[in-house]
Amino acid sequence: MVWAGHTRRRGRPHQILVWSMGWTLLILLVVLTVVHGNPTVMVRTGSGPTVGFDQHPNSVPLGEDIQTTTEGESEVVEEVMTTGVLNPSHYPARRAATVVQHYLNTRYGSPYRWIFLSTVHSGSAEEVAEMGRKYQLALTMQEMISNVSGQCSAELFFPGGEGQSAPQVQASCEGLHQSNTTAQEEAFYQQHRTSNNLASGNNIPDSYGHVEPSMKPFWHLGGVASSFIMLRESNESTLYNMAQVANFTQLETEKDQLRFNYHVLLHEMISQEIIHWKLLVTWSPEQGVQVLQTELQPKCHHCEAPPNTTN
Amino acid sequence: LLKHLAQTLRDLDVWMEPIDLSTPVDIRVPFTSLQTVKAFLETEDIPYSVMIMDLQVMLDEEQDQMLSARAAAPRTTDDYDYSNYHDIADIYSFQDMLVAENPNLVSKIVIGQSYQGRTLNVLKFSTGGTNRPGIWLDTGIHSREWITQASGTWFAKKIVTDYGRDAALTAILDKMDIFLEIVTNPDGYYYTHNSNRMWRKTRKPNPGSSCVGTDPNRNWDAGFGELGSSGSPCSETYRGPEAHSESEVKSIVDFVKSHGNLKAFVSIHSYSQMLLYPYGYTSTPCKDQSELHDLAMKAITDLASMYGTSYRYGSTINTIYQASGTTVDWTYNQGIKYSYTFELRDTGRYGFILPANQILPTAKETWLALMAIMEHTKDNTN
Repeated sequence: MVWAGHTRRRGRPHQILVWSMGWTLLILLVVLTVVHGNPTVMVRTGSGPTVGFDQHPNSVPLGEDIQTTTEGESEVVEEVMTTGVLNPSHYPARRAATVVQHYLNTRYGSPYRWIFLSTVHSGSAEEVAEMGRKYQLALTMQEMISNVSGQCSAELFFPGGEGQSAPQVQASCEGLHQSNTTAQEEAFYQQHRTSNNLASGNNIPDSYGHVEPSMKPFWHLGGVASSFIMLRESNESTLYNMAQVANFTQLETEKDQLRFNYHVLLHEMISQEIIHWKLLVTWSPEQGVQVLQTELQPKCHHCEAPPNTTN
Repeated sequence: LLKHLAQTLRDLDVWMEPIDLSTPVDIRVPFTSLQTVKAFLETEDIPYSVMIMDLQVMLDEEQDQMLSARAAAPRTTDDYDYSNYHDIADIYSFQDMLVAENPNLVSKIVIGQSYQGRTLNVLKFSTGGTNRPGIWLDTGIHSREWITQASGTWFAKKIVTDYGRDAALTAILDKMDIFLEIVTNPDGYYYTHNSNRMWRKTRKPNPGSSCVGTDPNRNWDAGFGELGSSGSPCSETYRGPEAHSESEVKSIVDFVKSHGNLKAFVSIHSYSQMLLYPYGYTSTPCKDQSELHDLAMKAITDLASMYGTSYRYGSTINTIYQASGTTVDWTYNQGIKYSYTFELRDTGRYGFILPANQILPTAKETWLALMAIMEHTKDNTN
């Protein structure tokens, strides 16, 4: 599979179509299953595709007039380019990049590793005829607990057509895994695996943004578990963040996995909705985070109950 | 014997009743009866000891401690804790204190009432003149965005502190007035404290629906009803039954129109770290796009100079999403050129529930961006 030097060639649509077909077959083999933490997605090592895409004044956004863009820092791009070279400041690249963030958390997240998007450097998007849309992104991600940053290159595929289908992501990052979380994870695991004192908590962070130190790993774990849902539910018209852990309860350890029921609030930026989900989550240092069950909670219009009641 | 004594001296207050011979009895003795009681006990050979010499002194001390231990209401705006979140009562009393302390600079204008009857208060900072060109700032139009009301409170204090000390701010106020509405959605703000921390909209019920509230940032008459808002009362972006249906919005509309001389209008939200200019309802660029874009760049560069916080900027529709009926699209179409929307910290880790220890840094860095906008406005206003 040749990545480097992939440039759009105008005037040779046939070639692109054939290329896309091959690419599509590869994607189908590499489907990311959300439920299991064990990844089946290939993670490319080494450098990604060349990032220096040329400006394409004639790349045509869907249905829009052709825009000429001025080069340089102070370019004023008047239309949102949804296809071709993407403006890193505009929302299409940003939304796709956030999907990559969710993917990375499902892969690498833990009570001591929680990854957030830092910067979008560049991106491009293209139609994959009748199949969906494909993005390529160059990003910086930051691990929140250690503050380590890493450069990532990613490819996403948003399936088109009917039915809800999760986006498919491939990403390779350098430098993100430098933080050594093994000791902390092991200590946390040992502390909580015996069922003497099952942990629980609510409103994390609280209304004032405060998180008790002992609750922080559970907060991170909630964020990582939420990433499974956020990844699954994402499309080009959504932008998800976890707003709060409403509550969590630890269950008996089973098969050496810590187990938890979580009730999380997700914030979807475009609709501005707060969406409630209940999750059954397991974790161990070896197996990573897995989400065994998810249950959407109905938006309760009559709910005036204080935040710490579960519906 | 003691019981007989208690019956005789009615003003004795027995704290621990006589039960048996070995259990002590506690009695509070008013001063007037003190000698009588002592004499009695000594005569009858009942051992006693004085546990508390003067109970009143102890009570007074305890009262003082209690008053200072609880989050005591600040008596001046210098006592006010800017590094914490406050409820609506605190903020409203802050406003009154600020006016009382700075009568020559600050006044409070009530521009209307919320749906539930709370006053909509605007602080006017003015050094005189008649209907000088004005700059408008609002925070808290979406009630769950607590960092904004907290920052707005800090901005108010900053203005009175810097006038006469900071050359740039002084120059602005010598030429223009500043209007600041800190709690733009008071019903919603109250609701976030008492019922649902994540409440965004107003609290006006919708007839025929069990869902409450209209999104005050979709209720303005600019592209009202078009793509980028919802027609469903249950939606967080419900536009309302008609433009300006919400009193929280209509009050500002009326104020802007009757003032007639506003030159800048900045509406502050969270979160995402963005500085946005019109339009949200259409992809047609606004006619001042180039100038607004360059000014935004200057503003966020100044903002970043403080702590390195990075902001994106651009038109609403390009940078975040299509949104119709928004505040600054309406104000821009009224001719208020420097119309901006801020989205403050952070970018999603804490989101709406930003820790209180980020209030001061956020307010301080944002102020630099506001100063850039206000200075440019002043320099481009006759």
